[in-house]
Amino acid sequence: MYNDSVLGVAAAEASMPIRSNLSFTCNHVNLYYGSFQALKDINLKIERNKITALIGPSGCGKSTFLRTLNRMNDLVPGCRVEGEIMLDGVDAYKDVDPIVLRRHVGMVFQQPNPFPKSIYDNVAYGPRLKGITKKAELDEIVETSLRQAAIWDELKDRLKKSALGLSGGQQQRLCIARALAVNPEVLLMDEATSALDPISTAHIEDLALELKKKYTVIMVTHNMQQAKRIADRTAFFYLGEMVEYGDTQQIFDNPQKERTIRYVSGNFG
Amino acid sequence: MDTSRQQNMFRREYLGKGIATVCGLFLIVLTIAIGCFLLGKGSLTFTQFDHSITEFLFSSQWKPSDTEAGGGQVGALIFIVGSILTCALALLISVPFSLCTAIFMTKISPQLGEKIIRPAVEIFVGIPSVVYGWVGLVVLVPLIKTVFHVQHGQSVLAAAIVLAVMIYPTITSVSADAIRSVNSKYIEGAYGLGSTRWQMIYKVLLPAASTGILTAIVLGLARAFGEALAVSMVIGKMRAFPDSLLAPTNNLTSAIASDMGGAMDGGEFNAALWSMALLLFIISLVFILIIHALSGRKGAAA
Repeated sequence: MYNDSVLGVAAAEASMPIRSNLSFTCNHVNLYYGSFQALKDINLKIERNKITALIGPSGCGKSTFLRTLNRMNDLVPGCRVEGEIMLDGVDAYKDVDPIVLRRHVGMVFQQPNPFPKSIYDNVAYGPRLKGITKKAELDEIVETSLRQAAIWDELKDRLKKSALGLSGGQQQRLCIARALAVNPEVLLMDEATSALDPISTAHIEDLALELKKKYTVIMVTHNMQQAKRIADRTAFFYLGEMVEYGDTQQIFDNPQKERTIRYVSGNFG
Repeated sequence: MDTSRQQNMFRREYLGKGIATVCGLFLIVLTIAIGCFLLGKGSLTFTQFDHSITEFLFSSQWKPSDTEAGGGQVGALIFIVGSILTCALALLISVPFSLCTAIFMTKISPQLGEKIIRPAVEIFVGIPSVVYGWVGLVVLVPLIKTVFHVQHGQSVLAAAIVLAVMIYPTITSVSADAIRSVNSKYIEGAYGLGSTRWQMIYKVLLPAASTGILTAIVLGLARAFGEALAVSMVIGKMRAFPDSLLAPTNNLTSAIASDMGGAMDGGEFNAALWSMALLLFIISLVFILIIHALSGRKGAAA
């Protein structure tokens, strides 16, 4: 139904020989919910195989921006996006169907949301969408994905059990495995640890550090310590604008903009 | 002055509480009374007239004598089969339509669903059954007669279609509620993995709403089983097993409705009809228990 083996023909051919170190390139991105402008002229280059953290106070547009990257905002009635979001040289809003885009840009949500199905069926959900039906092939994808999410050893004996019986932290790692099973290039994490306890949070953070070897990770977090611990690059959003973007250490130790200084020092407002 | 006002306040408190309690208890007593009454009347066939339950349920010989002496035959299998057949066929026709409507009005076009379909479905529920039966008799029955070239249009098929139309709004509105109440995080998750809308609907939404949808189907089935008037107008009321879906037959409710006036009180015929009423009561009780079991399971899953 959808040819999603490659994002676009041009991209596949162009990006193969000289693989750019950039994942997303956003130019002058504006986003409106009806008449309300939620994102204002965002320009951002996201590097491949790095963890990029988006921080900022509630309502600053960081989650909205994350959701423009896999076009989840398309589902919101009255939402309009202007500007250019390029992924591997392909315009995510012009050259590619959102369904295909989402198979390349996976997402993990704030609330762990495994489907009310077995653990196995949760992980196999994405591959089955792509038309993979052979059991051996699915078995292999399920195992690899669960291993990548560092949860295979915990779950290998209960794959047929309902995913709703897992703890919150396990559910979230299962959701990461489910996203990885689609074989994306980018993994978006929307405050993926905010509903979890400190130990589960540490698991997910370790996992993100492991995953960046193979994937590009972009995470929204309200926890500045978390950004400091694991992110390579950090972008600070405020009132729909991207105020400052740079290496995480620089953003926290030597911020350049007045608003960033006040936010990271905790003296906001 | 102050004490009398207080007294007045307490009097009202007790009066209000008392009336509410009495009404509540009355409902419980009434339900139990109807159950006991049906049990008493319906069991006469087996106690006073000495028929076996097996004969009643599995024999098709229906010749109850209209005397207190008894001695007739009370096999109600034809009516039971008639009820089951019409209801099963009605479900088969109605469920796909109802589910598709429920999906359309909740996920495909919620605006149209809220503005037009939901009110339309509510009006549908309010139409009296005699109207359904009458329309069935003057429109459906002649249509079946001409389309299939049968002698009478009154048939299992006619009854099933009328029932299907009658239970369609029930199943639609309850399923739509079940679909609406599916947590949106499942829907987001499905889209996030690259599902198309239809993949989201049939792989995530419908399974997540399945207990609610089952409840809707059982509710529709209960309504179909208990419907007498509309069915009796189009089923043909012939005491024979139908040899095809186009043949007339009879069912439990129609048989009771048409014969209760003519059967002598205290006679075997009368007792046999009461046994059929008892059977209907037990069947609807079972349906209600199934619904409770389903909603209990839903609560446990959430």
